[in-house]
Amino acid sequence: MASVPRLRTREKTKGVFLALPAILWLGIFFLLPVILVLFVSFLTRGRGGVGTMPLTLANYERVFEIFSGVLTDSVWIAFQTTVICLLIGYPLAFFISTRKQAWVRNLALFMIILPFWTNFLVRTYALQTIMGREGTINSLLGTLGLITEPLQLLNTSGAVLVGLVYGYLPFMVLPIYASVERFDFRYVEAAHDLGANDLSAFLRVVLPMTLPGVIAGFILVFIPTIGAFVTPDLLGGTEGIMIGNLINTQFKGQGNQPLGSALSVVMMAMVMIALLIYVRFGDRRGI
Amino acid sequence: MADSALHSPPLHTGQEIEFDRAKIRRDMIIRRIGKVGMAFNPIFAYFFLWAPIIILVVFSFNNAETVSVWRGFTTQWYQNIFTNALSAGTESARFSTEIMLTSVGNSLFVALVTTIISTVIGTMVAMSLVRGNFPGKSVMDAVLYLPVVIPEITQAISLAVFFRIVFDFVNNANDGLRAAPGFGTIIIGHVAFCISYVTIVVRARFADMNPRLEEAARDLGANEWRTFWRVTFPLILPGVIAGGLLAFTISLDDFIVTFFVSGIGTTTLPIFVYGLLKTRVPPEINAISTLMLVASTVLVGVSLIMQGRNAGKN
Repeated sequence: MASVPRLRTREKTKGVFLALPAILWLGIFFLLPVILVLFVSFLTRGRGGVGTMPLTLANYERVFEIFSGVLTDSVWIAFQTTVICLLIGYPLAFFISTRKQAWVRNLALFMIILPFWTNFLVRTYALQTIMGREGTINSLLGTLGLITEPLQLLNTSGAVLVGLVYGYLPFMVLPIYASVERFDFRYVEAAHDLGANDLSAFLRVVLPMTLPGVIAGFILVFIPTIGAFVTPDLLGGTEGIMIGNLINTQFKGQGNQPLGSALSVVMMAMVMIALLIYVRFGDRRGI
Repeated sequence: MADSALHSPPLHTGQEIEFDRAKIRRDMIIRRIGKVGMAFNPIFAYFFLWAPIIILVVFSFNNAETVSVWRGFTTQWYQNIFTNALSAGTESARFSTEIMLTSVGNSLFVALVTTIISTVIGTMVAMSLVRGNFPGKSVMDAVLYLPVVIPEITQAISLAVFFRIVFDFVNNANDGLRAAPGFGTIIIGHVAFCISYVTIVVRARFADMNPRLEEAARDLGANEWRTFWRVTFPLILPGVIAGGLLAFTISLDDFIVTFFVSGIGTTTLPIFVYGLLKTRVPPEINAISTLMLVASTVLVGVSLIMQGRNAGKN
């Protein structure tokens, strides 16, 4: 018993050395850079470099004056993407988790995961070839005689939407699948016995009980699509510009890094709001 | 329900049946809509996910420069990739086998170093989170999830700003030394998000493990070091390998962080492909993409088998 207090003090720092490399790496190369961006976003645009003193709010004024349209567009596209992913993903997760044989279930899941692990650029390019002026859709419709002129599919905000849904659908399916898999279908039988039809059994029993997965999926799709860059860049052209493209222009093109930083901070703030909602209502086990 | 029907007066029962019939009809319609929707949804979803990929692979064998019309089978583009025999006489002479192979080499180098560093660090922190107990553990836990959930572009430009400031500082301090972005900056960025993925996978493996096995080893006189290498490590090894393969795949495929922190002469394969897509798209691109698809499929397959073996053992 005498050793208990000594053990206690040791227990208080147990494993801290194992965590140290990760703490240092993430502290220096993840958290510190984020803090620096916050700082730079208040600087004045400088010559060549990152920015100079004095501190100013002008960058944020510009963000909200000039780019407010793109900000709201981005949020709107991300929201549409998330809702479409939900409408496709929920029944799909349901379909996968209700397969009886384990191998069918695993195959169905594998068929969702595999496209998700193939290179994002390659997948986006695949959509580009399909939606192009001489792409598969246009040549198919032309052969069928449904159109005489090729449709303008690429370089529209619709193309961005399709690309985002295509890229992020697995993020919606997987957490919902995790929720539905845990769901006990005897609850549905109980609801039917109590006189509920399929619709009210779904709305009042299934949906509330799988809601944590839905919220997790909602956040996991919404957050990365708000910051999408490759999809609007390759599919949207000048029509489907999102915040990611603006940030890219500020860092690669004109080089107004304080302005780009302010854009990034605004995006991070939106992400943090979404994350707080998730932590409050979501289910971590879903990931 | 049957009970109440028995005790009700006959006239009333008739009305009730009338009412029930309408309700049943409505319920059946709802059920049918649900059934049709549920049958149609997976067909549409899988078609949507796979059609672009299948079209890409099929047209990588197309005997034509255009990507949409089938003109017969060829392996020409695959040969071009490896023999430097460019699709001569066309605009697409931008494509260079030499540059592509260099970028593949760069990608593999970055992915390999990233995997080694992030697997070691990620496994250590997974162990400390599962077995350890220190102040700030829950904060560490939350911070570890951040690189996975926040948009990659915020991480990318944060690192870009960070390196810019550090390099400006270093270059001002030393007149002779010229620090510039390169492999180092790419690897640092990749490790920063790969640690999280390794930790999540290894941690899941730890959660499935029976801690009594470690206690037994201690009771038999093994010290902590020996217990780890003889008992713990063999048990978590499938998780460590799965996490490492995940880190390798993610690093190999990464575009955004690399795009913002890489310098001159450190082009990775995704950066190379992006360059091709942004300029003139050469016909070889379908073949390159198909090869990249095959490579990811193999890596993910092995990783999943490893994780599956995890679950099987318990």
